[in-house]
Amino acid sequence: MPKKVTVDELKEKAKELRINIVKTTNYAKSGHVGGSLSCADSLTALYFKYLNVDPADPDKMDRDRFILSKGHVALAYVPTLAMAGFVPMDSLKSFNHFESCYGIHPDSNKIKGCDASTGSLGHGLPMGVGMALGLRYQGYNDAKVVVLMGDGEQNEGSVWEGAMAGAHYKLENLIAIVDRNKLMIDGPTEDVLGIDPIDKKYEAFGWEVITCNGNDMEEVDKALAKAWANKSGKPFCIIAQTEKGYGVKRFQSKVEWHYGAIDSVMLEEAIADIKSL
Amino acid sequence: MAEGTAWNVYDALKMTSREIYGKVLAELGETNDKIVGVTADLAKSTNIGNFGEAFPERLFNVGIAEQNMMGVAAGLAKTGLIPFASTFAIFACLRGGEQVRTDIAYQNLPVKIIATHGGLSFGASGTTHHATEDIAIMRSMANMTVVVPADGFETAKAVRACVDIPGPFYMRVGRGFEPPLHDSEDFEFEIGKAITLKEGSDLTVIACGVCALQALDAAKVLESEHGISVRVINMHTIKPLDEEVVKKAVLDTRRILTVEEHSTIGGLGDAVASVIAESGKGCAFTKLGIPDEYSEIGPPEDLYAKYKIDATGIEETVLELMGREIEEDEDWSDED
Repeated sequence: MPKKVTVDELKEKAKELRINIVKTTNYAKSGHVGGSLSCADSLTALYFKYLNVDPADPDKMDRDRFILSKGHVALAYVPTLAMAGFVPMDSLKSFNHFESCYGIHPDSNKIKGCDASTGSLGHGLPMGVGMALGLRYQGYNDAKVVVLMGDGEQNEGSVWEGAMAGAHYKLENLIAIVDRNKLMIDGPTEDVLGIDPIDKKYEAFGWEVITCNGNDMEEVDKALAKAWANKSGKPFCIIAQTEKGYGVKRFQSKVEWHYGAIDSVMLEEAIADIKSL
Repeated sequence: MAEGTAWNVYDALKMTSREIYGKVLAELGETNDKIVGVTADLAKSTNIGNFGEAFPERLFNVGIAEQNMMGVAAGLAKTGLIPFASTFAIFACLRGGEQVRTDIAYQNLPVKIIATHGGLSFGASGTTHHATEDIAIMRSMANMTVVVPADGFETAKAVRACVDIPGPFYMRVGRGFEPPLHDSEDFEFEIGKAITLKEGSDLTVIACGVCALQALDAAKVLESEHGISVRVINMHTIKPLDEEVVKKAVLDTRRILTVEEHSTIGGLGDAVASVIAESGKGCAFTKLGIPDEYSEIGPPEDLYAKYKIDATGIEETVLELMGREIEEDEDWSDED
């Protein structure tokens, strides 16, 4: 059952998360800041309203599962887990450091509340299919499995192996979110290897699909509400249309800010941008 | 083809007496509801289908999609289940290899990969279906246990034993037509503990899989016809390797031959070689296996003969190794 949280409260949380993302980029010396900022609204809505997870009982069997299939944005994920109470806020300062629990890609055996080690793209949806099958087989019928993927990630063939299996096994407890920020390392997705029409592709694979503005909390909230209420007998896919680097003018829609390092001056500038959102 | 020899792919399975894996798994499923299965359109060929017939709701066939199969297995394990994942060995180690490494081994999940048609056992299928790299790949993955049983009886025991291993497990079996090494299930089998099939003092042959029986047959001939006392070790667990057995062989026999249905790079032979080298003792040593080239097409028995991993090839190689000069202890122990 989603928590009773208002859209305005979620918007404030999303700002806080974005600030924590840029701060952590600074602590970490570098990171995937563009793709972290683009999916911050989805992460906020999931962790502060929708996901049934509890830092006091992180392994409870009937919990919802979340897989960060675009594992390179641990920079957004670990601060989310910190804000949700799974790991200490202060521990973010160790990000990327020698023998830290946190690196560029998350390790489920080192991070409390992290359901899957990810980083190699195209692995999350298959694991999500397995979790959804496993939960259903064991009778945890209310537990959802959410897989957050990148848009460039859709190039990976294993995504579509998982998509086929999700539909075949009628996994209505499975939710995929595609963070459609339109840029990958080498350029725009449609120049490097086009994925459009991505919504039609998921539909053709047998999924329920909706598209929303993934940087508009009201739309994200509505999309997740539909996903949570899904009783179609099909898995549910949200195409979250986002902007890479959203919230920080210097990074917005700039392919070169897929990955980078920010100093204290840029950090202050980024925080000011985010506060004015 | 002679009258009465016509058969199809399903009949072939019934013809073998070694389709034990699927049956044992079905038996285990009766008492352990955490056991589930995953396959990639090879439920019948790998015999995991026997489990699926007993528990249709517990076998997930993901179609011809081995990457997904391994990812799904990892996801199932993440919900507290013990998934058995079965496909041909070559697809398990390479097509789904990164998922095995990153989703299963790195996360240290109790996925039991039972890979069939290992080595050259699917001989006529050709090199695309031979698996001569799987042991090297799997043993290099941290957390992974690697077992190559010598026959169906060992397979049955390993399937039962692997359920209690907390982490990932890789077992490579053949096609099911291999002659059995043991004549019953009445023997001790422990993962990580080699079985001494025959004592000997002149040379030790360390073998795994189908080669264990070949080594034993060769040892008998070598003893009766050449008076050579050959110790035969069935090293069914490649990782963790029973290092004590290897060290003892170095000290007792000073000549070691390894035999495996696998590349001579990275498999049993190299695992044994590391132990010998680290022992600091002199030892005449040779590896038999598939040389650094792609395997030929043909019936497995012909291929085993070509690569000298059958009894005849082992005999020849032992005779060569017995004639090799090695430094005695006295010659090098005073150098340090």
